Amino acid sequence: MAQPKNIVSTSGLSIGYKTKKTAVAIAENLTFQFGESKLITLIGANGIGKSTLLRTLTGLQKPLSGDVFLNGKNIQEYSASDLAQNLSMVLTEKLPPSNLSVFELVALGRQPYTNWIGKLAPLDIEKIIRAIQLTEIEHLAEKKHHEISDGQLQKVLIARALAQDTPLIILDEPTTHLDLLHKVSLFKLLKKLTEETGKCILFSTHDIDLAIQLSDEMVVMTQGKVVQGQPCNLIEQGVFNSLFQDENIVFDSQKGKFLFK
Amino acid sequence: MLSLGTLLLFFTNISLGSVTIPFKEVFHSLTGGEVSKQAWEYIIVNYRLPKAITAILAGMGLSISGLLMQTLFRNPLAGPYVLGLSSGSSLGVAFVILGSSFLPPILNSVLLSSYGIVLASTLGSFFVLLMVLIVSQRLKDTMAILIVGLMFGSFTSAIVGVLTYFSSAEQLQKFTFWSLGNLGNLSWTSIVVLTIAVSLGLTMGIFSIKPLNALLLGENYAKSLGINYKKSRFVIIFATSILAGSITAFAGPIAFVGLAVPHMAKLLFQTSNHFILYWSTLLIGASIMLLCDVISQMPGTSVTLPINAITSIIGAPVVIWLLIRKRNYS
Repeated sequence: MAQPKNIVSTSGLSIGYKTKKTAVAIAENLTFQFGESKLITLIGANGIGKSTLLRTLTGLQKPLSGDVFLNGKNIQEYSASDLAQNLSMVLTEKLPPSNLSVFELVALGRQPYTNWIGKLAPLDIEKIIRAIQLTEIEHLAEKKHHEISDGQLQKVLIARALAQDTPLIILDEPTTHLDLLHKVSLFKLLKKLTEETGKCILFSTHDIDLAIQLSDEMVVMTQGKVVQGQPCNLIEQGVFNSLFQDENIVFDSQKGKFLFK
Repeated sequence: MLSLGTLLLFFTNISLGSVTIPFKEVFHSLTGGEVSKQAWEYIIVNYRLPKAITAILAGMGLSISGLLMQTLFRNPLAGPYVLGLSSGSSLGVAFVILGSSFLPPILNSVLLSSYGIVLASTLGSFFVLLMVLIVSQRLKDTMAILIVGLMFGSFTSAIVGVLTYFSSAEQLQKFTFWSLGNLGNLSWTSIVVLTIAVSLGLTMGIFSIKPLNALLLGENYAKSLGINYKKSRFVIIFATSILAGSITAFAGPIAFVGLAVPHMAKLLFQTSNHFILYWSTLLIGASIMLLCDVISQMPGTSVTLPINAITSIIGAPVVIWLLIRKRNYS
């Protein structure tokens, strides 16, 4: 069997902020390998630097040292439009008010491929319809984006990222604001997408129980240490116990979930 | 259908005025045929036609710049004047008209000619335009540009206020007339200059349609779609400045059209797709301006009302009416 292709790889990556005089490192010497068809979750306590890591992996922020490779090419060397054909995102920010329909919103994902005025070619329409089918939002296509629920909107935004047709999709906390039912269905949808499209999907989340059960691999950020691995291996290594620096929260490795004292 | 309406309004506009010229004669005159009265031909070629063309240019230019600003600033209240351009031109004109008493008499007569006023107004809006462009290249936050524009506006109107305080009744009247807007009085040369400026701005607008659509998702999504945000923002601001600046220079500060017309287009077509909005805004803008001009001419009478008042009197109720009819507007 052929070795699965790596979509993202990093070497000796240090992330953090540069102020005028000093560089503040959040995490150092990070080595990741994200392969195709993999659902990867990024977890860590608030303020640990998940967003900084995502910003660095998406090329929005320069690493303090080391490199991020996307499809074998350094992410800093991509032009804006080339990057848009290799990496799509689902962000946490609210959409500005507009009268965009769901179909039009998904269609915007084709912008990196359309001509100067944004005309959709038959291939673009095909990709849009495929993205809508994969996320099962056919019944919403004609609705305005402000008429649908949060859970539905999240699916629409994922469809938009799918239409962008990139090997890597990064989502920033897509399950926030959703109830348990919709969280589970979103996890399952993302899982299904990695299997059916071969894409690598990386997303940050606070739903650790779900992440442990449903993701292929996890990146766990703790104070001073960032590890990547399969959920069962990470449990064996006892990584989750150091996730929260609080003695009232303990990870039960038998049950695979957190207990509170 | 919209373009047909615009065409019809174009002929109506030329036909009506203090002297009514029959439709048929207007058509003959414009297509190079015979006109039964020499005077009509003269009125059409030297007065009505330039005025109608100015109305179309102003209507299209102001409406499109309003559309650009509303999407760029994600603010339905934005119009071409949020950048402070008309205040800049008012300042230029105020300096010439109100400050003329401080200047030597020879300079005075040059400056107070109609060309002097156009020149002052152009310089004024160009000055603000330069400032806005410099500031916008330095500021990361797009909303801050909006505030800077408003600050420029308040600053210049305060100076105009000071100048007003020190000027004579005659000067004040002249300034007030200018500030009420005027679509007539443009020579064919001025119209050529205005046409070039407006076409340039409108073309830049067409090239902004794709980034504008991406901006409907917000700045960060637009960037993730490969849009060069800084460059697109610069083009959008530059287009607006050229449109609003040149129109204000030649026709005075015409209120409301830039704010209201994009909303009319959005309400009529129930879409945010700029590919549709651009063309509908263009045509509605031209139609509304022609209609307002017809009304301001008070057909059949010798009275002419200021165009600036008419645009607001017509525009405001139309927007309110549309809002109430389509309640699901956001």
